[in-house]
Amino acid sequence: MNKNMQKKSPFAHLTEEQILELEKEFDRIHEEVYNDLGERDRRYIKSVISAQRQLAVAGRVLLLASLSRTSWIAGTACLGTAKILENMEIGHNVMHGQWDWMNDPDIHSSTWDWDTASTAHAWKHSHNYIHHTYTNILGVDKDLGYEIMRIDPKQTWHPRYLLQPLYNLALMALFEWGVAVHDMDIDAIRRREKPLSDVWEDLKGISGKARAQIIKDYVGWPLVSALAVGAAQTASQGRMVKPRSEPIRQLLPGSAKRRTLSRLIGAADAVLPVAKRAFVSTLAANATANLIRNVWTHAIIFCGHFPDQTYTFTQEETENESRGEWYLRQLVGAANIEGTPLFHVMSGNLGYQVEHHLYPDMPSTRYAEIAPKVKEICERYELPYNTGRFGHQWGTVHRTIFRLAFPGGKPRSKPGPYKRTEDEKPPARLSEASRYRARMPASSA
Amino acid sequence: MAERGAEPEVHPVRRRALRAVRHLFSPLLPDDYLELINPLWTTKELRGRVEKIEWQGSQAVTVSIMPGFNWPGHKPGQYIRLGVLINGRFHWRAYSLTSDPEPEDGLISLSPKVVESGTVSPYLVHRITPGTIVRLGEIEGVFTLPDPLPEKMLFISAGSGITPIISMLRSLDHRQEVNDVVIVHSAHKADEVMFGDVLKDLDDRYPGFRLHLRITEHDSLFTVDQLDDVCPDWREREAFCSGPGEMTDSFLDHFEENGLSDHIHYERFQPVIGGQGKGGAGGKVHLTHSKVTAECDGDTPILEVGEEAGVKMPYGCRIGVCHTCVGTLLSGQIRDLRSGEVGGSKGDTIRTCVNTAEGDIAIGL
Repeated sequence: MNKNMQKKSPFAHLTEEQILELEKEFDRIHEEVYNDLGERDRRYIKSVISAQRQLAVAGRVLLLASLSRTSWIAGTACLGTAKILENMEIGHNVMHGQWDWMNDPDIHSSTWDWDTASTAHAWKHSHNYIHHTYTNILGVDKDLGYEIMRIDPKQTWHPRYLLQPLYNLALMALFEWGVAVHDMDIDAIRRREKPLSDVWEDLKGISGKARAQIIKDYVGWPLVSALAVGAAQTASQGRMVKPRSEPIRQLLPGSAKRRTLSRLIGAADAVLPVAKRAFVSTLAANATANLIRNVWTHAIIFCGHFPDQTYTFTQEETENESRGEWYLRQLVGAANIEGTPLFHVMSGNLGYQVEHHLYPDMPSTRYAEIAPKVKEICERYELPYNTGRFGHQWGTVHRTIFRLAFPGGKPRSKPGPYKRTEDEKPPARLSEASRYRARMPASSA
Repeated sequence: MAERGAEPEVHPVRRRALRAVRHLFSPLLPDDYLELINPLWTTKELRGRVEKIEWQGSQAVTVSIMPGFNWPGHKPGQYIRLGVLINGRFHWRAYSLTSDPEPEDGLISLSPKVVESGTVSPYLVHRITPGTIVRLGEIEGVFTLPDPLPEKMLFISAGSGITPIISMLRSLDHRQEVNDVVIVHSAHKADEVMFGDVLKDLDDRYPGFRLHLRITEHDSLFTVDQLDDVCPDWREREAFCSGPGEMTDSFLDHFEENGLSDHIHYERFQPVIGGQGKGGAGGKVHLTHSKVTAECDGDTPILEVGEEAGVKMPYGCRIGVCHTCVGTLLSGQIRDLRSGEVGGSKGDTIRTCVNTAEGDIAIGL
């Protein structure tokens, strides 16, 4: 592939008729899946939701004994996993309207809220509308670099980008807060395009979500742990947990003369330090669970559009775009991550980012099933199908973040048209979801 | 938004306890975890468990349901929305309650007749099984027994039109007030008669209860001309009519011609939607959340006006029964397309599918 070829649009070779034909083919896949949705799909999402809630309960219960190291680790792992599922396979996909067809008010894009810092309303606007409509259009799709990073050589360099490897680390740890602030569209506020009343609404929304997370993870459950451990300690007359000496008795010298008071102080002496430790260790566990979730979602989401393979577009290129061209932009603007079925559930099936961008409202469980059809279209129309292993995708994303912190930079070589490999027999591997659906007989009810 | 069941009557202590701990579960509610153990425990909406299904003639069944919380009771003749899960989707339909309003076993019942080409009634008649969890909506309807009870009553029904009437009769029986009741019920075939045994039992037990069963396969259709023969004193009676639209219309007209239109109560199976030629003023519809203003001609439902203007309006049944399409009226007056009635004041929750603008209006949608 020569240098000129690399810069050329990956679908310059297609005629108008071919693009129209392609549009119909992509539409047909959507229609086929929608005609087939039913009880088995419902059972899948219900079972994921139920598993997530059970994991959350298990995590909270284990953390009542957060003073035990084993319990702390197991509880944090359960809670972190529950939070990842809640964000990725459930929250993200429900709020895309993927499950609205069930007409169930409990699992519906209009009513769903999630356990992160951005409000459902703001996120649906910036993500479902702006990002999914104007995917990878420079200057319009604000998800390209999230307004703080340069991830495409076509973005003009500025000295502030020198620090972007550092921002990125901070963003990784605090990803949910980054997303919340990003939803506010700082750029529009700076340009005074956004009315202050809207900004105020956003701030109210974010502070409300922040309050909810603080009350739940950093006050409420730590307090429940402290009370539980305190009660256990009282019931066992101080034998439950050996307190590290922090005797209240010593703080009140001389007052311990009277018997009742002395006994009370003795009890407080046995209970309070232990309860305090339980509070802190549960708080730390909850913070860790949030951190795990943030790092994981950051990784999956950055791998969706920023690996070397993806194409970006200018506003001129996408003017008067047809629906077929829209499909094509979604196809080459996103990149997949290969992985096991479990990996796909934990990433909200965003390992199928290409399929998700073609059909954002399609139940995520169906992406693995339609992937062979999408690949087949790519093969026939000589189009790229961006995919790679997790480590590889993550590596190229971060290489770009480092490289483009400095001036210059060229687009890396893009993959050519998709070619089926010898060992690839479609469907390559059944998704966890489809295997699940195959195991569950369609209920007669 | 998808349709939801009615808010159940929950003991205040339980409500307060759930409210007190809700912050530990946000953005979910304690209910979201409780329903993992038992789906009936959620206080978000009233649900019920199907207890038994019995044939009601050869075309219909009676589905008996145990509600999850105390049943608030209905007025005999009212209907309820029922939400059932069919192939992964929730479907809602309104059915008359056929149970006694004060049931001794706590069960409420509905008696759907099968429409083979339909979605919900074939499911209810052929496939639903005991143990199934269903969603229960609001109790609605104005086709009810008057208070105080009239001395003499006449019930005219056909087919599954008997369903609201059977609840009235059961209530009268429960209150021991079956004094002077004439019922003319028509069914196509003898084996299709719904509640035949209930009617027969009432006929046996009460001398003042007169049952005229007509099998239209053999007998002619019951018409207004036969009213004098079957029930000579019909003019002295309070009449209740429930059946197909043409039948109801002909009796309504007949009572009107005799100057007795306030003596007849009726229920139609299909709500009448549309302007009915009584075109109103129309006006501008301002949807405040969507920041859209559209012109409404006074014959088109607000829902359609909004949709045509490109707004994603909430909708459900589109015939005024499900309460999914509701929005808050912020200013102006609306006209009910079914009755032609003009009304509405600021803050009212209105159904956009059966109301149109009467002058300029603003709605919080």
